[in-house]
Amino acid sequence: MLKFDNVSKRYPETGDVLNNVSFHLQQGEIAFLTGHSGAGKTTLLKLIAVMERCTRGEIFLDSECLSHVKERHLPYLRRKMGFIYQDYKLLTDRTVFDNVALPLAIAGFGHLEIKRRVRASLDKVGLSGKEKKFPQALSGGEQQRVGIARAVVNKPPLIIADEPTGNLDPELSAEIMLLFEQFQQVGVTVLIASHDISLISRMNHRVLKLDHGQLVL
Amino acid sequence: MKPVKRKPIRPVVKKPVKHDTRQTKTAGGNFVDKLHAYRDHHAHALFSSLGRLVATPFTSIMTIAVLAISMALASGFYIMVINVQQLTANLESSNQISLFLHDDISNDSAAELAKNIRQNPNVQTVKIISKEQALAEFKTYSGFGAAIDVLDKNPLPIVLQVLPKNSLQDKQELERLFKTLDEFKEVDYAQVDMQWVERLQSIVEVARCGTALFSFMIGIGVLFIIGNTIRLELHNRRDEVMISKLVGATNGFIRRPFLYTGFWIGFISGVSAWFINAILMLILRQPVEKLSGLYEGDLHLVFLSFTETVGLLAIASLLGVFSSWAVLIVQLRHTRPE
Repeated sequence: MLKFDNVSKRYPETGDVLNNVSFHLQQGEIAFLTGHSGAGKTTLLKLIAVMERCTRGEIFLDSECLSHVKERHLPYLRRKMGFIYQDYKLLTDRTVFDNVALPLAIAGFGHLEIKRRVRASLDKVGLSGKEKKFPQALSGGEQQRVGIARAVVNKPPLIIADEPTGNLDPELSAEIMLLFEQFQQVGVTVLIASHDISLISRMNHRVLKLDHGQLVL
Repeated sequence: MKPVKRKPIRPVVKKPVKHDTRQTKTAGGNFVDKLHAYRDHHAHALFSSLGRLVATPFTSIMTIAVLAISMALASGFYIMVINVQQLTANLESSNQISLFLHDDISNDSAAELAKNIRQNPNVQTVKIISKEQALAEFKTYSGFGAAIDVLDKNPLPIVLQVLPKNSLQDKQELERLFKTLDEFKEVDYAQVDMQWVERLQSIVEVARCGTALFSFMIGIGVLFIIGNTIRLELHNRRDEVMISKLVGATNGFIRRPFLYTGFWIGFISGVSAWFINAILMLILRQPVEKLSGLYEGDLHLVFLSFTETVGLLAIASLLGVFSSWAVLIVQLRHTRPE
C-alpha cells in the first residue's frame, strides 16, 4: 500500500533529515510514527503528501511512484490520501458542512451527492447537527473531528494524521483513536505521527520509531 | 461526552490502478452528473466571488472607484472624439471656394464675373452674395448687429460662392481651379472652405489617435490595479489555497473563484464608468444645446451606442479576467503547501 524504499531527505541547510528509511504498510494497517522532536516525522509525512520530494530512494503508493509524480498529477494523487493535522487546518470563514464538503467539491461531485456524503461523514465522527456551525464555535475535540470528517469524506485508501491528539485530553484522544481503528476495519491504511508514548503503548499497533532520521526497530 | 459510534462506513477498498494518478478524477457518477456538478461549481464560484466583494464593501468600492474613474476617462475621451467626428462629418462634402471681391467692384461687374466663371467646365454653380445680403446675414447670425449699425459704410465685400463639379474630387485639379479663380483681377481673396475642414479633421484624427493611446495606457493601468487586487486577495486567502491544494485541488479549481472576482471587478467598474459618462453627458447636454441654438446648428450629443456599451463592458470584464489569470499563473506556481 505505502512503501518507503531507502528514502533519504537532505536539506541544504540542515543536512540529512531522513536517512535510508524503508518500511511497508499493508492495506488496512494502522501504524504509529514516533520519535523525538526533529527526528524527521514531519518531513516523512511531507514526503508522502509530496509537499517535498525525497533526495534519494523511492516512495510508492500502491504502484505509483510518489517521488517522480508530475506536478500536474499531484492533485489527483492527493485525493487518495486524507490528511489530519494537529492544528486542524479548517477554514474559519466556512461552516462545518462547507469544510467537510471541500474535498468532494474539488473532486467534482454534484451537490446532492456532496450533501449525502458530508452527512454520513459527520454522522460517523459524531457531529450530526453541527453542519451549520462555524469551526470557532466548536471545542478543540469537535474541530479535530471536523478535520477527520473532511479527511475521510472522499473515502481515501490512506489516512495520514500528524499529531491528531496533540491538543486533546486523554479521553478525547482515546475517542479519536477509536475512530481510526474503525476506519482500519474497513480497509483503510492509517499512519499516525505522535509522540504520545502512553497512548501508543496502550494501543497494540505497529510502531515506526524515527531517531535522527533513521528508523529504529 | 458523546459516545463515538457506529456503523462502519462502506468499504473504501479500491482496486489499485497502475500508473494512473487521475483515477479519482472520474469519481462521482456519470458524465452528465459531472457536467451538472461542474456547472453548479461555476455558478457557485460566480456568485460567491460577488458575495465576497459585497462582504468587504469599503475595499471593493475603493478599488472599483479607481478603476471606474480611469475607464470613464478613457471612454469619456472616446465620446468626445465621436462627437467632434460627427460634427465634422457633415462638413466633409463641402469643398466650396469663396471669392471675396475687391471693395470697389460693383454688383454688375460681379454678376459679369460670375457669368464668366460659370463657363468654366469644372464649375457647378456660382452664387452671388451681395454686400446687402452679406450684411443682413451677418446682422442676424453674428450678434454684432448693433455694432454694424454704428458704421456709416458697409464693410463687407461681395462674395462669389463657387461650387466645383462633384466630379472634381482630385485635389490637384481643385487646386488648379482655385488658382484660376484667384487670378481674376476682381478677386481680392480666395478661400477654399475645404482647408479648415481638412485642418479640423486632422485635429480630430490626432485626438482620435491620442485617445487610442490614452485608452491603451489606461488599460495597462487597469491590468495592474486588478492584478494587484487579486494578488492581495490571494494573499488574504492563502490558508484556503493551501488547504485546497492539500485536499487535492487542481490549480484550475483554485484559480476559478479568483478569476470570477477579477471578472466582477472589471465588469462592475465598466458599468460604473458607463454611468459616470452618462451623468457627465446629462450635465453637458443643456449647455451644448444652448450653444447649438446660438449657431442655428443641429448639434446634438451622441453617447455610446448599444454596441459600444457592450464593447466597453466586454473590454472591462476581459481586462479583469486576464489580469487575474496572469497574476494567478505566476503566484500559484510559487504557492506550495506547507
